[in-house]
Amino acid sequence: MWVSVLGVRVSGDHFNLTRYGGLIMEKWPNNRAWLLVLPVFVIVAFSAIIPLMTVINYSVQDIFGPGQSVFVGTEWFGQMLGNERLHDALWRQFLFSGLVLLIEMPLGILIALAMPKKGWGVPASLVTIALPLLIPWNTIGTIWIIFTRPDIGLFGYGMNKLLGIPFDHTATSLDAWITVMLMEVWHWTPLVALLAYAGLRAIPEAYYQAARIDGASAWSTFLYIQLPKMRGVLTIAFLLRFMDSFLIYAEPFVLTGGGPGNATTFLSIYLVKIALLQFDLGPGGAFSLIYFVIVLLFSFIFYQALQRVGKGGTV
Amino acid sequence: MARIELNEVAHSYLPRAKKDSDWALKRIHTVWEDGTACALLGPSGCGKTTLLNIISGLLMPSKGRVLYDGRDVTPLRPEKRNIAQVFQFPVLYDTMTVYNNLAFPLRNRGIGESEVRDRVLEIADILDLTDFLGKRAAGLAADAKQKISLGRGLVRSDVAAILFDEPLTVIDPQLKWHLRRKLKEIHEQLKLTFIYVTHDQVEALTFADQVAVMYEGEMVQIGSPEDLFENPQHRFVGYFIGSPGMNFLECTLDGNVAQVNGAGIVLDDETAARGREAKGTLEIGIRPMYLEVHGESAKNRIEAKVRMVEDLGSYRIVTLRVAGKTLKASLQENEAVPEKRAWLTFPPAQTRLYADGWLVK
Repeated sequence: MWVSVLGVRVSGDHFNLTRYGGLIMEKWPNNRAWLLVLPVFVIVAFSAIIPLMTVINYSVQDIFGPGQSVFVGTEWFGQMLGNERLHDALWRQFLFSGLVLLIEMPLGILIALAMPKKGWGVPASLVTIALPLLIPWNTIGTIWIIFTRPDIGLFGYGMNKLLGIPFDHTATSLDAWITVMLMEVWHWTPLVALLAYAGLRAIPEAYYQAARIDGASAWSTFLYIQLPKMRGVLTIAFLLRFMDSFLIYAEPFVLTGGGPGNATTFLSIYLVKIALLQFDLGPGGAFSLIYFVIVLLFSFIFYQALQRVGKGGTV
Repeated sequence: MARIELNEVAHSYLPRAKKDSDWALKRIHTVWEDGTACALLGPSGCGKTTLLNIISGLLMPSKGRVLYDGRDVTPLRPEKRNIAQVFQFPVLYDTMTVYNNLAFPLRNRGIGESEVRDRVLEIADILDLTDFLGKRAAGLAADAKQKISLGRGLVRSDVAAILFDEPLTVIDPQLKWHLRRKLKEIHEQLKLTFIYVTHDQVEALTFADQVAVMYEGEMVQIGSPEDLFENPQHRFVGYFIGSPGMNFLECTLDGNVAQVNGAGIVLDDETAARGREAKGTLEIGIRPMYLEVHGESAKNRIEAKVRMVEDLGSYRIVTLRVAGKTLKASLQENEAVPEKRAWLTFPPAQTRLYADGWLVK
């Protein structure tokens, strides 16, 4: 017998495990059990549902000031969906997230493979690699502003003065993109590397021993043992990196402020411009919801696809 | 096909072994003839797996040489030795089908697809895996997975020996028996050398023609299952093989009589003569099934108190106290068990004498 609790199917057997003198007790419905989900409901309400409702509320109104608002239906959604600058920011965002995944996933795996497996090198490399993850995001933007300054920054000075290659992220779009990408890769590849390392360490020694006896090359060992065994952690790494890079705000905002021009205006930067700088709460709300749906949709698609990679298909 | 020879092999996991206990393997010097099924039996931590890894080449011994058919293979890596190993839990290439799993070792060695196909089909047939060939290995039951691990060893036509490292650990009890019989069949069919590591004496004794009992990094005895049961060379073998294990009583020799806290046990002349020459602490050992338990006193019988009787269905185990020592005797169903007091006889033909743990010779 199956009952549905908040969409989760729970077998009825869980309720009637108790036996008295060989008599299996009948299951009876006890609606007070619903009270047990109350704490979760309250937390989720405050953390997600109420803020989301607020945004939905904004998105269907034109707000002039306190107490002055008009219901406009889906007008803001229509306007936002047709907004050229939003389209540009969206494509920029896809390009950014695509590059991030393309660079960080293989690089993170490579770093994990190269990390030592025992001895003092393990804690040393773990701490060194984790360092960028410990720095506050705003600080990271600041670090890279200084690092790439042509006059005093190590990288900027090196490029301009020592190598003679003009490089200024405040002046050219390409340089701004290169800097943002470098910063992002430096900041977040460690996460992928740490997850991949954890996955690698969890592979029992017998797999490697079997591979040696089977005469497998290093590449085959990677392809048929390490990669499949890392599937779980890499799925998490992929989704985290996709979501985080798609929602990125603080570091590029501090570094480039979305410029030069709109070259590095990603979705979140554009959203903040609309909602907070121009104080257009209605369009901002509609934009937020569209943004949210896109992230949700892509995370879902990626998750499904990555699950299938490991289970379906033939090799 | 290979005759495997271990020449003065010793191993320590420490770079500089000083004490005796630093050695995982102390000194192993033995030969396994081609086509034998041998078991390495011993408790956890006795060095069985270390020895197996040395034979397969996963581990380089600190000392000594490993020879296959007289050829020194000590420096060779595992893939260069014609040997296969089955591990404690099934090791599979999860993303591959059963067919590709079986073909993997052959493809890695650059063998042509048509030959690969012939070999895989042949081995799948032997292992009853034909129906699963197209399936992904990851979804199969533990026994099928373990058969695939074995199959990856068997497909190689050059394979000389297969090493098993407690391969039935993760298998359900009913299937264990089935799989063990399958292993025996394969052994008879292919006449390969099988070396089988286990800590389960039933597994070892039923599987192997020859059992090597290991204890603290040493091979204390190598012999047939009967030999290990009848003539344990070391008190550990007596204790480890048989359920319950052999009884041991510390004693002193007085002519032909072994004195145990005032109780005298008559030994046969030969044993007693050898015992008088032996040095160290003497003990007599007797299997519970050979200890005779009587209801009344007679000449050469020793009085004992009956402490406990356990009925195990086809036989009973009687726990007895003799001169401050505990002994176990196993009696057949039809034999009477005396209450409270009993008188024991130690048949001289089955009573062994040990000096410092080793059988006196």
